[in-house]
Amino acid sequence: MAAHQSTKVLYGLYNDEEDLKQAVKVANAGHLDIMDVFTPFPVHGLDPILGLKESRLHYLGFIYGAIGALFGFGIMSWVFTMDWPLMIGGKPYWAVPAFIPITFELTVLFSAWGMTLTFYTICGLWPGVKAQTLDNRITDDKFCIAFDVTDGADDTALKNFFSRTGAAEVNIKTL
Amino acid sequence: MSQAVAPVRHVLIEGNKSYHNITEDLCSPTEKAPTREWIIAFSLSAAFLALYVFAIVWTVWKGIGEWGSNRTINWAWDITNFVWWIGIGHAGTLISAILLLFRQRWRTGVNRAAEAMTIFAVICAGQFPIFHMGRVWLAFFIFPFPNTRGPLWTNFNSPLLWDVFAISTYFSVSLLFWYTGLVPDLATVRDRATGFRRKMYELFSFGWTGSAKHWQRWEALSLVLAGISTPLVLSVHTIVSFDFATSVIPGWHTTIFPPYFVAGAIFSGFAMVQTLMVLTRKVLKLEEYITINHIESMNKVIVLTGTIVGVAYLTELFIAWYSGYVYEQFAFYNRVFGVYWWAYFGMMFCNVVSPQLFWSRKIRRSIWWTFFLSIVVNIGMWFERFVIIATTLARDYLPSSWSYYSPTWVEISIFTGTMGLFFTLYLIFTRVAPVVAVAEIKSILKVAGDQYVGPKAQKQHDHGHSAAPVRNEDQNAG
Repeated sequence: MAAHQSTKVLYGLYNDEEDLKQAVKVANAGHLDIMDVFTPFPVHGLDPILGLKESRLHYLGFIYGAIGALFGFGIMSWVFTMDWPLMIGGKPYWAVPAFIPITFELTVLFSAWGMTLTFYTICGLWPGVKAQTLDNRITDDKFCIAFDVTDGADDTALKNFFSRTGAAEVNIKTL
Repeated sequence: MSQAVAPVRHVLIEGNKSYHNITEDLCSPTEKAPTREWIIAFSLSAAFLALYVFAIVWTVWKGIGEWGSNRTINWAWDITNFVWWIGIGHAGTLISAILLLFRQRWRTGVNRAAEAMTIFAVICAGQFPIFHMGRVWLAFFIFPFPNTRGPLWTNFNSPLLWDVFAISTYFSVSLLFWYTGLVPDLATVRDRATGFRRKMYELFSFGWTGSAKHWQRWEALSLVLAGISTPLVLSVHTIVSFDFATSVIPGWHTTIFPPYFVAGAIFSGFAMVQTLMVLTRKVLKLEEYITINHIESMNKVIVLTGTIVGVAYLTELFIAWYSGYVYEQFAFYNRVFGVYWWAYFGMMFCNVVSPQLFWSRKIRRSIWWTFFLSIVVNIGMWFERFVIIATTLARDYLPSSWSYYSPTWVEISIFTGTMGLFFTLYLIFTRVAPVVAVAEIKSILKVAGDQYVGPKAQKQHDHGHSAAPVRNEDQNAG
């Protein structure tokens, strides 16, 4: 998301998440192209009006978990039946019930790590990534709507939009 | 104030905070110079940590013959302490995962600190089996990996190996869950900081901006992690109990162990959360975030799980008698009236009798009682593990090898030393990160929609909450 050429951003800060949600609805009605919305905490009810589709992360969680289960069960089966069959207390080599705990743990392990690493990767969040912060107060108590105005087109419509929807502050910043 | 307020909802955070107040209250402890209490506590913890390091070096240098364990009682304080710490490490994930799934929104005040506690407790727990191996430099043999010895694999049928997988999965998944929750809050601290601190928090907050799409994915991730952590947390202590239950030792070979261990783990974990929270809220002045209601809710969990544990103790005795199996009957007779009778009665008193005081609302809502009883419960849960392990082994099948165990100074130092390790880590945590989840607290601030702060508000946020019918005393304590 962090493009290397600079992006000029016009953004407005709201004091309350209800104002933010109203403003997003107004922007949608006026066909304004919102670049992004930044909030200090997850605002419920924002995703549908922003048109964000539900995250597909949980499907990946299932797939990673399935890989973990197959990997764990497969490797234990291979080791104990083919690579080095070991007689333990007269029990069968392929002791399926005894493999359940480790299979379960690996399911959870793969699912959790896979999903978390995917989350950080698709969000572009990693140690050393510099945050494209528009305003320090966005992680505190301000709710921000940002528009990309790099092309230098007339932004009076956007400024009108901000004043009409009750933005507490409107600023321009080049990222 | 208009009556758009649902009377059944009570406030989760007291003091009519604004979002900025929350940021200020929760981030400022990491920004100010440490208080005198903190320095004293840290010095004390660090001293015990030093004792731990010394005792461990002694153990590794001289061998585990320096411990009081002997051929009959080959598991003693080490495994007792391991199970004790692992049990304590269960509350964090329980609070953050199971209570999230049950939509218990009060959990938000305590989940961050409880998760941190989980991670530190698991670190402490891990020390014991690792150093009990003796030749600790070969500890990596517990992991299955292709090697030049055959390859010789681990025994996948062994509950001890299941434990390796359970504990390491639990540790790493808890760490991911905790840290992912922490990233937005570290970004909040970052955006308030300047200079070198800002650089450090930039590194640790991974470039978090608070974009709507990131929040959406963050919530999806948190929910699924909670979903998979719930069976995980139950599996961990189940597998710990398999260490005993799958053996053929009378007194250990029982099917009641998994649920009874899990209940005991939740019980001791909540007790440790109480011990820490009562101190933390006082020292960091977080009484409005970690309220008496939180303490009361956790005390209810303690009385419930304490009672479950009590029922399990009695069931064990009944089943031993009912089995008609003389060795089983002897194992339990010995547990109650044998050489370690004092540990059994200590356990019964601390775990079963003392939490019943929490049926009284007054005691449940008293800080001093809570603190005192949380310590008592933790002592009781330590006794429980000692009773199960040492008492059972002390009187085995062969009377000629019956033995008695008492710890040496090395074991006592290692155990008290892990407390030093635990509190050192916790105290460092309180200095570097907000101990209450900042973003999550903000999302539960408005319980009634009467705290709108935008320009269309009837009046500014003037703390004029007096007309609201939502005070703590009003809430139905059911």
